[in-house]
Amino acid sequence: MATFPFELVSPERLVYSGSVTEVIVPGTEGEFGILAGHSPFVSTLKPGVLTIKGDGAPRKLFVRGGFAEANPAGLTVLAETAIPLAEIRAENLAQMIKDAQEDVEDARDEATRASRQLFLEQLKSAAAAIEADSRTSH
Amino acid sequence: MASLKDLRNRIASVKATQKITKAMQMVAAAKLRRAQQAAEAARPYAQRMESVLGNIAGAISGGPDAPLLLTGTGKDQTHLLLVLTAERGLCGAFNSSIVRLARERALSLMGQGKTVKIFCVGRKGYEALRRQFEKQIVGVVELRANKGVTFADAQAVADKIGAMFAAGEFDVATQFFSRFQSVISQTPTAQQLIPATFEAPSEAASGAAAVYEYEPGEAEILADLLPRNLAVQIFKALLENGASEQGARMSAMDNATRNAGEMIKKQTLTYNRTRQAMITKELIEIISGAEAL
Repeated sequence: MATFPFELVSPERLVYSGSVTEVIVPGTEGEFGILAGHSPFVSTLKPGVLTIKGDGAPRKLFVRGGFAEANPAGLTVLAETAIPLAEIRAENLAQMIKDAQEDVEDARDEATRASRQLFLEQLKSAAAAIEADSRTSH
Repeated sequence: MASLKDLRNRIASVKATQKITKAMQMVAAAKLRRAQQAAEAARPYAQRMESVLGNIAGAISGGPDAPLLLTGTGKDQTHLLLVLTAERGLCGAFNSSIVRLARERALSLMGQGKTVKIFCVGRKGYEALRRQFEKQIVGVVELRANKGVTFADAQAVADKIGAMFAAGEFDVATQFFSRFQSVISQTPTAQQLIPATFEAPSEAASGAAAVYEYEPGEAEILADLLPRNLAVQIFKALLENGASEQGARMSAMDNATRNAGEMIKKQTLTYNRTRQAMITKELIEIISGAEAL
């Protein structure tokens, strides 16, 4: 299968860099898969699971906040948080969800409340996906 | 004239000081390496962010719906100066040169009749500005001294500034930090944060940008990314500052160690001379005493 260069960058470091065959990215408007030769494309991310398929077993990471940029030179994902699923702990996620919940309650106007509510829903579904994943892999 | 014992004590104390400055220099050297790595690791993120934002901003900035973070409020009456300094001193002119740059800017803006607000990150900058600009300081954030800066720190500062901007508390924001050039050279720098400035994309890049597909729309992406960009820019400045601080401390402590060495040499010379003089004096006393018999 054709491969393409892929980089996953967080503000603190370069998390992943290498040749891959497919990457599944959680976009704001739905998950999408990127294969080699994808047309130029920019999308923001929702919190969720990013899957890298290349040699060997697919690698899964939890990503949150940022965007993905695909162009003929390859795919770059900029994420504020990028943690391999294996290193993520249930209580961390629970804490994140709790924080988001408080944010929703603190929201002063309707628009902020709606956007924070959306974020909370996305976070919850990401947590559910991660839990499902850990059950199948163990 | 100081007695031999005094001189011995003085030499011992300078030696102890030299040991401390030497240790601080070595600690700074180790921390500098880490700070430099952190600054380098953060570079790709900031670069990509800037290039994508530059592309989108170029396409949208003419429109009426362009976000305020990008276009500004259209006024420049109230300025926010974000002064990034270290938590600790003993690092040469590092803190004071950043503070001096900020102070000059503040005074010149006030001279033009603008309103100035100051937001300090780092204890040293606050201490230096507190006396002169008591009324202008609107916020202080202290960094944890020993740990390196994390993105969460920058995010917290950016959130505060973003909230202040949304509340219409200022029109233009500028950050002051020290750009790391080398161990012996750090340049205090002012960078405008709001309205955001991007280097105009080159001809080739903007040609490529034209065919991008955006999901969701360009305006939504921009609205999502601009606040993030604020945090990224502050994070970048904090990291540069971290490396500069350690570099400045390293060269300051190197100087201090060398000066202490010179002092020890001089004092040892005085000590030996005094000792010699006393021996000679005693000899003369003995000889003249023997002759008198």
